[in-house]
Amino acid sequence: MGNFLISKIIVRSALSRFATRLYPFEKREPFSATRGHIENEITLCIMCGICQKKCPTHAITVARAERNWAIEPMKCIQCGECVTVCPVKCLSMAKTYSAASPTKETILLHQETPPPKTGAVKKENA
Amino acid sequence: MGTRTIIPFGPQHPVLPEPIHLDLVLEDEKVVEALPSVGFVHRGLERLAEVKDFHELVYVAERICGICSFIHSQGYCQGVETLLNVEVPPRAKYLRTIWAELSRIHSHLLWLGLFADAFGFESLFMHCWRVREKIVDIIEATAGGRVIFGSCKVGGVRRDIPNVTLRETKTELALIEAQYNELKQTFLHDNSVKRRTVGVGTLSKEQAYALGAVGPTLRGSGVVSDMRMLGYAAYKDLNWEPVVERGGDCYARTIVRIREVNMSFDIIRQAIDKIPEGPVDVKVTGNPAGEFFSRLEQPRGEVIYYVKGNNTRFLERFRIRTPTFANIAPMVVMLKGCELPDVPVIVLTIDPCISCTER
Amino acid sequence: MSMIETQPITVIDRSELPIKAKELSGEGYRLVQICATTGDETLEVTYSFDREYSLTNLRTILQKSDPVIPSITGSYLAAFTYENELQDLFGIRVTDLAINYNGNFYLTAIKTPFLQKKSSGAA
Repeated sequence: MGNFLISKIIVRSALSRFATRLYPFEKREPFSATRGHIENEITLCIMCGICQKKCPTHAITVARAERNWAIEPMKCIQCGECVTVCPVKCLSMAKTYSAASPTKETILLHQETPPPKTGAVKKENA
Repeated sequence: MGTRTIIPFGPQHPVLPEPIHLDLVLEDEKVVEALPSVGFVHRGLERLAEVKDFHELVYVAERICGICSFIHSQGYCQGVETLLNVEVPPRAKYLRTIWAELSRIHSHLLWLGLFADAFGFESLFMHCWRVREKIVDIIEATAGGRVIFGSCKVGGVRRDIPNVTLRETKTELALIEAQYNELKQTFLHDNSVKRRTVGVGTLSKEQAYALGAVGPTLRGSGVVSDMRMLGYAAYKDLNWEPVVERGGDCYARTIVRIREVNMSFDIIRQAIDKIPEGPVDVKVTGNPAGEFFSRLEQPRGEVIYYVKGNNTRFLERFRIRTPTFANIAPMVVMLKGCELPDVPVIVLTIDPCISCTER
Repeated sequence: MSMIETQPITVIDRSELPIKAKELSGEGYRLVQICATTGDETLEVTYSFDREYSLTNLRTILQKSDPVIPSITGSYLAAFTYENELQDLFGIRVTDLAINYNGNFYLTAIKTPFLQKKSSGAA
């Protein structure tokens, strides 16, 4: 029972350094497991379209004939389904979040030359 | 006979985390009647079961609410796994338990902060959220996102937590628990907090049971009822018991939640010590058929998931009854006869999560 | 994870609902939820009750041409939130409701949005 029982915590936090970061001068290093945004190593992509089928929000569009792979970052929910099902592992989850932007843009990646057809495309079990 | 006025409370109000509207009928300064109306964040999520197949629906279930997100996905996965007759591997059950208890701690710390704000104690609010930041950092380091975990799937969990990370988490949680124990002394013993919460919004044991209250609202009135006793996930292997208080007022409900946070720290420690090795998911084939009611304990109370499958990849019916929906009736009864400044305290004591209520 | 609890569902006629609800209330059951499922011509309304962690359910089947159902707020006052939701989302008319919002509980843009089944197909 008592009054002002919080004074110990208040005095300690008044005399020690800030509990918050001085953003933007001091930025936080993201954790290694953070799901930030999707990146595609386009030289390895075989344009199979499995990522397009599995995406829950239809953020990915694959155009096989033109060899284009497009993603709308504002639709992406960073779930990682595409990374799990990609058979050649060209898709990966990067740690930093996509920046805020006043317009919704699509990122289009074009593949100049298809990847060499090796005898066995190694299918790693997810 | 005093003068009667009608005062609208909400949907925009500084203490409300989410929009709910109450029409308060006042006689001088006492509330005589309260009429709730909801519907400001109704998104009709249950209809999405018709266009998204049952694997993708986990992502919708997670996003019903930001505070109780993991347990929503866990409840959905448990319901569909029962329909498909799939047994989840033990390591996945322990991981789900660890994440669910982390979710409970962060939700209760969020509530403690908002509750302190409801009676004007802003510095206590900020310190509760400062402790909560560390929990949210642990969640991001293990699951990938701060509030939306993205780690539950039908058949298990999507990612493993390596044993090294689990041991580090255990040491960090011990430090966080020490800070939390210091903070809870203010809630439990400070005279100003007691003045605002003792004797406010009293519900007797029979009233709470008859009105269908769930969660800490029910346990604060002396009824022993915690859905984790059903033994889903890893709860039947761990040593814990439901937290019950007899007071029936806002102070008793606060004590229930405070003690539940300590109980959750203990459950996580036991789970990290006992977690077995092994795979974290099983392959799922086929389509769900039949119907099942899956019940879990969310931080706010008992959540019930009704899933009905008809042998196609789309579920026929997907219905969620969240705890705040069941607690609206007791809230309306508690508001009768209270003073106007006590209204925010009573509205917050049921821990309203309106986006869950309205889906 | 497979739960070994059984959850019995008893199908009854809608006129028996208030009587059965009174019986269950006398035996110490609390109301857990009320939910409706849209079929092609029918509406299935399921009531769930619980006592000491065991769940039991009552179900009644309504035709879409005659969606009227008696209220159980006589025995369970807490049912008013669920029954108002049935009125607003499914267009079911509930008689003798203790607190009746007459369709204004959920302020939706379209009336009875859950009544029509959308044909399930490609997302």
